[in-house]
Amino acid sequence: MMSVTATSPHAYLERQARWTWIEVAFWAATLLPFWLTPNYLVLASQIAITALFALSLDLILGYAGIVSLGHAAFFGLGAYTAGLAAKHGWGEPITGLILGALVAGIVGHAASFIVARFRHLALIMITLGMGLLLHEAANSASWLTGGADGLQGVKMWPIFNKFRFDLYGYVAYTYSLIVLFIVFLVARRIINSPFGLSLRGIRENALRMPALGAPSRAHLRKIYTISAVMAGIAGALLAQTTETVSLEVLGFQRSADVLVILILGGAGRLYGGLVGAIIFMVARDQFSGNTPQFWYFWIGTLLIAVVMFLPNGILGGLAKLTASWRGKS
Amino acid sequence: MSALSTRGLDKSFGSLVVASDISFDLPQGARHALIGPNGAGKTTLINLMTGMLRPDAGEIRLGDEEITALPPEKRVTRGLVRTFQINTLFPNLNALEAVTLAVCEREGVARTWWRRVSAYPSAVDEAHAILSSLLLGDDCYRPTRELPYGRQRLLEIALALATRPKVLLLDEPAAGVPREESAELFAAISNLSRDITVLFIEHDMNFVFRFASRIIVMVGGRILLEGTPEEVAADPRVREVYLGKSHRDGAHHG
Repeated sequence: MMSVTATSPHAYLERQARWTWIEVAFWAATLLPFWLTPNYLVLASQIAITALFALSLDLILGYAGIVSLGHAAFFGLGAYTAGLAAKHGWGEPITGLILGALVAGIVGHAASFIVARFRHLALIMITLGMGLLLHEAANSASWLTGGADGLQGVKMWPIFNKFRFDLYGYVAYTYSLIVLFIVFLVARRIINSPFGLSLRGIRENALRMPALGAPSRAHLRKIYTISAVMAGIAGALLAQTTETVSLEVLGFQRSADVLVILILGGAGRLYGGLVGAIIFMVARDQFSGNTPQFWYFWIGTLLIAVVMFLPNGILGGLAKLTASWRGKS
Repeated sequence: MSALSTRGLDKSFGSLVVASDISFDLPQGARHALIGPNGAGKTTLINLMTGMLRPDAGEIRLGDEEITALPPEKRVTRGLVRTFQINTLFPNLNALEAVTLAVCEREGVARTWWRRVSAYPSAVDEAHAILSSLLLGDDCYRPTRELPYGRQRLLEIALALATRPKVLLLDEPAAGVPREESAELFAAISNLSRDITVLFIEHDMNFVFRFASRIIVMVGGRILLEGTPEEVAADPRVREVYLGKSHRDGAHHG
């Protein structure tokens, strides 16, 4: 605290945006599975995909205050787009990813005109409704999506014509991790930008923003579209790395899970969704083997405990702990 | 030409008339006070002028432009800016971030998501200069929610100034501030540039009579009279409905 007053505003803002050693260590640690748990690279790639999905939700929920219970809509759109492209003869991964992002982004942008007008409960219901709508549409259009049987025959080409997706998930994890990191860099830049500052303003006080001349709805539409694009990329990654798409990618469960993941990890912290995804996915993998139903009992307990005692999630709790520890020393 | 004027503004909520035939002019550079007992419709009038409420009838002009149908944010970008009676701040942003946000919105760079805030040093400098001019320079890295109440009231004004207002509507700038701390707040308002036209609602009559060149008195959603401080002080109707009452119970919340 005491040294803060001496800094210039420029130095302060630059320091806010600077990489910390914890961040560097975190990303270095994402490489550990290659050596420590080579048998779990398939899981690791699913964690990276889920983390990316949670990151996309964090941008709207944690930074702009848009609560969504239907974010799987964009995940599913990306998954089906990439999956269908590969099934119908275009299995090139990178362009498939871009295609998935594009379709999710277009639908997200259209939806944003509705979403930006509402807040709170109405917003939850609208996003929930849109999610259910899309899920049911995909279910009925079984000629296109394969319905409840899922999309079969997704055949991916090797990445850059060189790296073929293998059974051990080596390429899948490398690919997912690189994409996650690139999208993370974009998200990180967004939150440190003037636009990101305005988003936090909307989250902190939606009433004040118009009184500052801010076009809040245009801001909300923009971040919702960006978030949909990122969710679409995550979905496309899942379709490509698993070479299948099931209806579950659009399911309510996925929307709810990603919200739980973000709340557990800590919303509005950029790393919250990433940490949440690691905890959630690893715990599910460990616990759900023998009694899958029972797994949600523990998640429910954990969720209640976190919300009660760590309102800013696990990362928020850790930040508080280190702050008080630094204050003492 | 007036900086801001209204003609025949009406507003009712059901059978409750909150504004009736409100017409007044704020000349360029004016220092006008808006006074009246609780529930007189002062804040409602500010909400009407800033577009947070739509009038049932009448028109509002900013300079030579009619703005009656403009949404709030468009009025702000044209120079009509308000502060709030109850702090309407960003609790988890610090003062530097909040005012930089306002400067970036004014400059139109708030849409930029691919560059860092620190890539706009002039915006940051301006924000810091505004904060320093209001003696908030030392507190600008503390989250808003941790600032003492009086400092938060100053930040209200800092945010408004960052939009470069032509007309500034101050809704009880010193509301809730202890008397001994209100001096720096009133000093800040007294020091506002003469390029800014100011209309303020205030219950501290000492400040109103010292600072305002003209006073508008509202009662029951109507303008009772408008005049110089001397005229208003001498008017028996004002004494009856407002001053007498305020001297008796020290009315402080509107």
